[in-house]
Amino acid sequence: MSDPSSDYAKPLPELDGHTEDFYTFCGLGELRFQRCDDCGAWRHVPRELCPECGSWSWQWARSSGRGSVFTWTVVTRALHPAFAESVPYAPTVIELEEGVRLLSEVVDCTPDALEIGMPVEVVFERATPEVALPKFRRVSA
Amino acid sequence: MRDQACIVGIGETEYCRKPGSGMSTLALQLKAAAGAIEEAGLSAASIDGIMPFPNVGKAEELAANLGCENLRYAATIHMGGAAPVASLQAAAAAVVAGMANYVLIPGGWNGYSGPRVRQTVSSDTASIPGGTIARDYYLPFGMTAPPQWYSLMARRHMHEFGTRSEQLGAIAVAMRKHAQQNPRAVMHGRPMTLDDYMASPMLADPYRFFDCCLETDGGSAVVVTTAERARDLPHSPVYIMGGACGQPYPADEITNRRDIFRTGLTIAAPEAFAKAGVTPTDIDFAQIYDCFTFEVLQQLEEVGFCKRGEGGPFVEGGRIELGGELPVNTHGGLLSEAHSLGIGHITEAVRQLRGEAEGRQVANAEIGLVTGWGDFGDGSVAILRR
Repeated sequence: MSDPSSDYAKPLPELDGHTEDFYTFCGLGELRFQRCDDCGAWRHVPRELCPECGSWSWQWARSSGRGSVFTWTVVTRALHPAFAESVPYAPTVIELEEGVRLLSEVVDCTPDALEIGMPVEVVFERATPEVALPKFRRVSA
Repeated sequence: MRDQACIVGIGETEYCRKPGSGMSTLALQLKAAAGAIEEAGLSAASIDGIMPFPNVGKAEELAANLGCENLRYAATIHMGGAAPVASLQAAAAAVVAGMANYVLIPGGWNGYSGPRVRQTVSSDTASIPGGTIARDYYLPFGMTAPPQWYSLMARRHMHEFGTRSEQLGAIAVAMRKHAQQNPRAVMHGRPMTLDDYMASPMLADPYRFFDCCLETDGGSAVVVTTAERARDLPHSPVYIMGGACGQPYPADEITNRRDIFRTGLTIAAPEAFAKAGVTPTDIDFAQIYDCFTFEVLQQLEEVGFCKRGEGGPFVEGGRIELGGELPVNTHGGLLSEAHSLGIGHITEAVRQLRGEAEGRQVANAEIGLVTGWGDFGDGSVAILRR
């Protein structure tokens, strides 16, 4: 992981409740999602109870970090000033092996090289000493 | 409840961009509302129900300015752009149940001259459309606004069904063509070809500039009452045959849907057709909420005008243009008339069904369908008849 950058200028999540836990795990280099203790269903974004079976019992289970590109858009005109220098960039939906999907970005791939189904694995981009963002890089199939 | 409630009055301000309306958001809503009340042949004191647009209007404030001194029903359907059409159903239920006699559905904003999302979000991330999930799980990755959300679905549709940019362009061109027959349309007098569309810059690929709706100033409003009360009013009533609304699942997060094309309208449309006792082939024209071109294509599929995946070929060849099999957005829509929060789709349907649509009148229009689309894919639909 790269050094913590104190001048990270892009918007960060509000660290509160389950969202704080999610990003703090990312800061430790671990991609974890909620997994129901009763029916085993994975879920993202965090929820209080299992929408599949109604159980309140769950844990932060570690994802393999492997998945594939589900869809993306290419932003060529930033609608937030912090991203103005980043265009063109591609907010990308990754479908993890566990079945959950996550909005992220493939860091080692220009937008025009993205393909649906492209295999990727998680990498962490350090934003603050506590927080890292889960991003992805290409892996060979 | 079929045909027991109807729309009896419509009102609109002018729609404009530069230099802006010069009016407050409240004043725009009041002007449109007063117009609708007057057109209905009513006094403000008889309006006893108001359904304001979410986060834009307050019933108390609207009532106090208009003189609605007998207000007893005030409710807002929180479905973003799907709210006005969803409100038609709620207003119909309210008047039929006797909770109100005359319900006003107003809306209006300075979408051009007022603060833009890209400005408000940069100063206050909590104001981001989509709320805390968008703030915490989308914004850090640079996804900040609706065209970016929905283009995720558009690309997936292109991948699964072979939908092409030219087909999205056919929608933009049809709306623009219709605006040439509508003097109120901001794009009146400014025709556009498919080449113009294809040459417009990408904003959120696959969305180009001309895939996106206008940002305009203006207001519009409608009044709903019972069929029985409508008999005493000046205009031919437009009957609400059936209405429904629905939400995708989950509605608060757009990436984790098992079936990403199952939106609110997927649930709502069959209910509305069942209530109305008609089928898609009975519809003479459709007013489809067109925040972006692909949303039109997707809603045409989910309403059932064609099968899912066939929306691309469906919109080609003039089928959705005036004179075609299913004219869509005869006023020019959000893409080429104005963005009046979706209420303009209702007012245009009323004009068509009254036979008042002048150069863009659909011949013998008897039954029309109106949709709303909002937030991460909330949907509403109303089937109207003359």
